[in-house]
Amino acid sequence: MDFLSIILDILLSAAFWTAVLRIATPYVLGTLGELLCERAGVLNLGIEGIMTLGAMAGWMAVYQGADLWTGVLVAAACGALLGLLHAALTVPLGLSQHVTGIGVTLLGTSLSYFVYRLVLPQASTPPTIEPFQPLALPGALAQTPLTYLAFLLVAVVAYVLYRTPVGLAVRMVGENPAAAEAQGLNVTAIRVGAVMAGSALMALAGAFLTLSAFNAFFFNMVNGRGWICIALVVFASWRPGKAMLGALLFAVFDALQLRLQQASGGVLPYQLFLMMPYLLSILALVLVARRASYPRALMIPYRKGER
Amino acid sequence: MSSPLKGGPEVVLRLAGISKRFGPLLANDDISLTLRAGEVLALLGENGAGKTTLMNILFGHYVADEGTIEAFGRPLPPGSPRAALEAGIGMVHQHFTLADNLSVLDNIAVGTESLWRWRSDRSAARRRLLDLSQRFGLEVRPDALVGDLSVGERQRAEILKALYRDARILILDEPTAVLTPQESAGLFETLRKLTADGLAVVFISHKMNEVFAASDTVAVLRAGKLVATHATASTDRAKLAELMVGRSVKPPAPTPLSPGEPVLELAGVTVASDHGRPLLDGVDLTVRRHQVVGIAGVSGNGQTALAELVSGLIRPDSGRLSLKGSVVEHGDPADMVRRGVARIPEDRHSAGLVGAMAVWENLIAERYHDHAFSRFGVLRRGAARSYARKVIEEFDVRCPGPDARTQLLSGGNMQKLILGRTLAHGPDLILASQPTRGLDIGAVSYVHSRLLDARSAGAGVLLISEDLDEILALADCVTVAYHGRLTPLLPHDRVSVSQLGLLMAGHWDILRDILPETQLEHGDAA
Repeated sequence: MDFLSIILDILLSAAFWTAVLRIATPYVLGTLGELLCERAGVLNLGIEGIMTLGAMAGWMAVYQGADLWTGVLVAAACGALLGLLHAALTVPLGLSQHVTGIGVTLLGTSLSYFVYRLVLPQASTPPTIEPFQPLALPGALAQTPLTYLAFLLVAVVAYVLYRTPVGLAVRMVGENPAAAEAQGLNVTAIRVGAVMAGSALMALAGAFLTLSAFNAFFFNMVNGRGWICIALVVFASWRPGKAMLGALLFAVFDALQLRLQQASGGVLPYQLFLMMPYLLSILALVLVARRASYPRALMIPYRKGER
Repeated sequence: MSSPLKGGPEVVLRLAGISKRFGPLLANDDISLTLRAGEVLALLGENGAGKTTLMNILFGHYVADEGTIEAFGRPLPPGSPRAALEAGIGMVHQHFTLADNLSVLDNIAVGTESLWRWRSDRSAARRRLLDLSQRFGLEVRPDALVGDLSVGERQRAEILKALYRDARILILDEPTAVLTPQESAGLFETLRKLTADGLAVVFISHKMNEVFAASDTVAVLRAGKLVATHATASTDRAKLAELMVGRSVKPPAPTPLSPGEPVLELAGVTVASDHGRPLLDGVDLTVRRHQVVGIAGVSGNGQTALAELVSGLIRPDSGRLSLKGSVVEHGDPADMVRRGVARIPEDRHSAGLVGAMAVWENLIAERYHDHAFSRFGVLRRGAARSYARKVIEEFDVRCPGPDARTQLLSGGNMQKLILGRTLAHGPDLILASQPTRGLDIGAVSYVHSRLLDARSAGAGVLLISEDLDEILALADCVTVAYHGRLTPLLPHDRVSVSQLGLLMAGHWDILRDILPETQLEHGDAA
């Protein structure tokens, strides 16, 4: 079989598209979360740590006996709390968003491992829970509820940003906080709120990994997904719909490389295939993001009364 | 919402005993003002006199240390723009507070609805905006991105933003600083419509002609104090200028000098933009020693390209640029400085100075490689600082010292700093682009006298300005830029403001009347 027909076979299989939607889910949620923060003018590099905490906290709640949806809520609440920390440091105090974000990532990741080890000091093989099951739908539609929630949230975030007063206020503080304040808006409250909401979405992305995609919590399981989301936000030009497309595109590359690895039968080093989604993402960024017009006040702290 | 029937005009705003201190600086000192419905109050004062501070206190950006504000008979809570908006006070800031990436409608409507409505009522917002736009003759495009608007359109959007919120008191901070004369005239027309509707307007200005064009009452601030309040009709320019500055101000009087040898010659210079449109189109120009040549014209007719050319930022596509008789082949900015060109850039914030750096660093920015300021690649900070102290002294730059951060200086002092940097070395050619834009009377006359001193000392001055009064006051010869071309040099005493206006609009046929003899040399003047 030649190469093209292998690819065609893969692309025509329902299992492939099932995998694409599953892989895309955490990227969709994480990218939406980051997008919300950045639209309000706050870069949130805490995403990797917030996702890890969401993964751990959601899983831990269920492991301790809560039901799955309660686990989801616990994860979101923990994400919002870490978001509050990031926002408190970067918005009213105006600290560097880069440095604070990396601090939040280190904190979120380490805290998750710490709590996990505290509760399960001896576990050599990770204990498991009963995760979300795919809905009984045909073909690629057989996804878990969290995947459906993720894609529903794309529409919700888009609607809120573009059709509601609060969405306009979020965009305004990300573009020109001084103008927002001159219109009587509370810049600090809006930014903090947007970062908390965005961080809750990031934590959902993490929770998807432990409550839907797998059934256990591993160290290093977020594995750079948060960083990909940061790039996807740029790729999406800060638009929710495009963010979803970007996440799907990345998932297609990722699912494809897994299957090509198998099909190649060890002729090529598997690392080459692993590299593929990232390489193609960089390429896509170069092609698309050069024209990106980012929120003008992104990464610029706003201090009232300063000119 | 509308004003009461025309009885005696009610007092809408009362400031009583406002004081505000920033560290050692007393920015406002016990200021009391009243404003009546239908009145235009001009707040006149030099930069740093405390005008903007006062209005920022009124609008809630700052909190006054002492004093009270009453709007429509009710006390205004301090420190809250929202409270000011709700009390019917709208402010158009000098640096517009609009988000470029949002539409005009979004910019105007944001914050006017309760945040937690499940959807924005955009069609109602649009109707209301268009209605206001029509009522006050303020043309807008609701769906255009603010970033795509001209400065005049942005200002209209700002005014509409205030009106949209039912502002009955409108504060305009230096509204004409960025407008063309035509746009300014349009603004004053708008102000008349607003006051006819019963609004009260405060506009901050340091330009005398605006005060007389637009205000009923004028309040003069000097060094944080209210020094006088007059009915505009009962006062005159000289009196106001004296009140503002605290001493009498003389207009510049250039002594006649005979021009010397050429320092700058352009011969058939053409420069095309990146898109191939000609920015300069076959320009011939000569500037001689002891001569000020003024370039008049509406901005965007090639002045920027001309300034960049003489600064060495761009090169001619064809034609020849000579300095002091030698042709410049590959000029770059450093080379131009070495050849004796002094530059006063159009935008002192972006192209003139580095705000975050110290005064002394900015002063040696053009010559830090000189032996005086560096040895073996190491800066001689002591030498640079003492040089800076000398320039600060000589050019009367008001700043705490050579180590002060430059962005803390007022506009006038920044310009003095640039003058000090460029003039301290006895340049041969001075390129002055809009050298007094945004400066107050005192600083303007200082800049003018320094330029004229340099002219007496033997420099040629190329003065690019949109201010025709400035050009006619300083220049020995005037040329008008239109679509990248320059008229022949016109002696300043043979051309009037109205003739310049016609030339600026492209009616070059009148050159025949001004210069019958050159008409023969320049057959292209029609």
